[in-house]
Amino acid sequence: MTPPAVEEVLESLYLHEVEGAALDASPAFGSAAKEAVQMGLLEQRGDALRLTECGQQAGQDVVRRHRLAERLLRDVLAAGGEYLEEDACSFEHVLQHGLSEKVCELLGHPQVCPHGKPIPPGPCCQRARADAIQEVRPLCDGRPGGQGAVAYLATRNSREVQKMMAMGILPGSNIQLIQCFPSYVFQVGYSQFAIDRALAEMVFVRWAPHPDPPRLPPE
Amino acid sequence: MKLGLMVRKVLGLDCCGGEPAENPALPKVLVVGNPNVGKSLLFTRLTGRYVTVSNYPGTTVDVSRGHLDAGSARFEVIDTPGMYSFAPITDEERVSCALLMGQRAHAVVHVVDAKNIERMLGLTLQLAEAGLPLVVALNMADEAQDLGIRIDVRRLQERLGVAVVETVATTGRGVRELVRRIAEAKPAKGIRVNYGPVLEAAVAKAADAIGDTGHVSARTRALLLLQSDAPGTDGAPPDKGPGELVSQITLETRRGLEHSVHYHATLALKEEVRRTLDGVASFPASHSRTFAEKLSRFLMRPLTGVPVLIAVLYFGLYKFVGSLGAGTLVDFLQDTVFKEHIHPPVERIVTGIIPWPVLQELFIGQYGVITLGVRYAVAIILPIVGTFFVAFSILEDSGYLPRMAMLIDRLFKRIGLNGRAVIPMVLGFGCDTMATMVTRTLETRREKVIATVLLALTIPCSAQLGVILGLLEGRPAALLTWAGAIAAMFVAAGLLISKVLPGEGPTFYMELPPLRLPRVGNVVIKTYTRVAWYFKEVFPLFILASVFIWIGRVTGLFQLLIKGLTPLVNWIGLPDETAVAFLFGFFRRDYGAAGLYDLQKAGALTGNQLTVAAITLTLFLPCIAQFLIMKKERGLKATLLMSAAILVLAFSVGALANVIFKVLGVTL
Repeated sequence: MTPPAVEEVLESLYLHEVEGAALDASPAFGSAAKEAVQMGLLEQRGDALRLTECGQQAGQDVVRRHRLAERLLRDVLAAGGEYLEEDACSFEHVLQHGLSEKVCELLGHPQVCPHGKPIPPGPCCQRARADAIQEVRPLCDGRPGGQGAVAYLATRNSREVQKMMAMGILPGSNIQLIQCFPSYVFQVGYSQFAIDRALAEMVFVRWAPHPDPPRLPPE
Repeated sequence: MKLGLMVRKVLGLDCCGGEPAENPALPKVLVVGNPNVGKSLLFTRLTGRYVTVSNYPGTTVDVSRGHLDAGSARFEVIDTPGMYSFAPITDEERVSCALLMGQRAHAVVHVVDAKNIERMLGLTLQLAEAGLPLVVALNMADEAQDLGIRIDVRRLQERLGVAVVETVATTGRGVRELVRRIAEAKPAKGIRVNYGPVLEAAVAKAADAIGDTGHVSARTRALLLLQSDAPGTDGAPPDKGPGELVSQITLETRRGLEHSVHYHATLALKEEVRRTLDGVASFPASHSRTFAEKLSRFLMRPLTGVPVLIAVLYFGLYKFVGSLGAGTLVDFLQDTVFKEHIHPPVERIVTGIIPWPVLQELFIGQYGVITLGVRYAVAIILPIVGTFFVAFSILEDSGYLPRMAMLIDRLFKRIGLNGRAVIPMVLGFGCDTMATMVTRTLETRREKVIATVLLALTIPCSAQLGVILGLLEGRPAALLTWAGAIAAMFVAAGLLISKVLPGEGPTFYMELPPLRLPRVGNVVIKTYTRVAWYFKEVFPLFILASVFIWIGRVTGLFQLLIKGLTPLVNWIGLPDETAVAFLFGFFRRDYGAAGLYDLQKAGALTGNQLTVAAITLTLFLPCIAQFLIMKKERGLKATLLMSAAILVLAFSVGALANVIFKVLGVTL
């Protein structure tokens, strides 16, 4: 684990190099910077210290944790005020070992800190975004038992649309897929319908997350 | 008088049973609603007239009429085919729309499946907005209650501004109240759905152009015109109105909308339904899976569903109809009842009264009206058709047929049909004539033509099937060859026609009604109605045929025709005697097959000849009744063309089978 002092150095340099903030060259830099160079996070270039590629990543991670901490303090714990900055500074070092991901998830993958600065996205944010796109998939790609709400109908053929609407498939309708083969069987309200693949391809559904998470055995 | 019209009169074929003709003097009550919500059963409750009811959408393809007496007033009640919305997709929906638009009714009863009120109330709102004298029947109220659905009828009534009655058509609950509300029905007022700025502007403009004439509000007619594909045709009122201007408005409107007019209108309706039901209806968050639901899934999963399907066909069709109906019952009626108990006294009486042998032959002997016509109809056809309709009614009422359709859809797509066509095809095994009528539930003309040809060419009706099973009894190889040949023809003809006929492939969508236990009463009355209908069709024809044959024999025409047919039957390898059977076949396929049956009993035919004859007769032209229905549904030109093709094909395939047997040295 990177010592907090080193992280502070990486954070300052990241803000300076990437976000163009002024560098407050504090004297405490000395020993921490030396350690960072040893860890391969900094390198001496001319008379200035610069982030290596690894260092830049580490710096980004610290900034991310700092801003997540700000959001956490402010949004969830309703703390803050004049101490927000200070508390966040100590918090950022605590959010280690995947804790930051948990916090990020809890906060719904926020994109900016309370000051309006961008929070660098972590891997969990990218996954969530991919999920959000994947979440709307045609009925024919659903799995039996899957539930969701109809997002839209991907056809301009008014005849096909008319059939769908006759079955109650309208944007916003709740739908549950029951079976995929040999025909697609689904339930809307209290009625079940069977349709073929051609029609099932046209219905795009915002699938709900899996209905039954695997149950833990009782202890 | 045209022959067709005469025969139809004789057969009473225009409808199923003694339909009262339309009586223009009586005020009308229209029963409308989504498919499979119990309109027909409610109709029966209101009028006391039985119409066929089943547990699948699309049972009613035609209009039925009956009378309702409410106090001193008398109404004519009209049962209509199911419709999903005011914008029709299939022919039978079009029938209902046309009735609503074209006929000023005293009351319009909108039958709604209470548990699916969310989906169906949109149509209610549309009917109310049209200003029709609406009464809403919340049917299957018992099922909705069992599911925990609560509907505040009083508040719903207030919001809709029309009468709402909870009913249970199967038990008759709420029917008396419904009758009272029908008697005092008034045009609906106060419902106005907001369709959004673009549509509203267009509707207002078009309504101005149309003007307020007739019983359907200008607003509704304007909206329907804007929705129709070609203004003035689909779903549009019969009076075309100032078409030019409306077309112009339609075009402008479509440009201003992202989707079709229908799409936006339906979304607006859905929103309105949500508002209407808010605080009126409550639905339980989840419902437990019932036994019927579990069974339903069992029947639909291919791994379990396909074996069940095969078992249903084997036991239902082959064992029940084939063995019991065509075997045991026919043997009993034919050999015991007719040969032992009816023929001897009849022969005694006839020879006692009529001294001239020529006239005696009209009634008795080889082709007599009683010994041939009545015997064929009662002893051979009746038990077979009767058992088939018992089996079919049970299948219908259980709700199994739509599940069969979803299992078989993929296969049917290959021959240009969709799963929906399973119902007419299975019905065809009972009566091809009825089945041809049911092709109306198919969507495109292309599908209808394919289904009609396949029914006429390859599907043997139960009477024919029974006789053929009897004919090939004890010859499993011959039976298999026959079945294989017919199945191959079914596939080949389907593939060929779907290749040749232009048009897009069909899409499949079908409602799967809940599985229900068939009620004995309904199965009995339905079987009775159908057998009675069938018998009315068959019986006069058989008598007529016997008389014609007698006249032909007396005048020598019969012998002449047989002489003409002899080379044809010889060509397919059959002896001269079979020409008689084929001549009968022109009247009805099964009549011809029954003729063969007699020859087979006499041991006059070899296995090969029997097989060839069975194949040819199965593919042969259908009966006169079916020909007339084909003409009605598909038009004379198409029917003549199909018939000619079928005639040529039947004999060609027969000849081909004969040659193949010879070349391969097969003896069946």
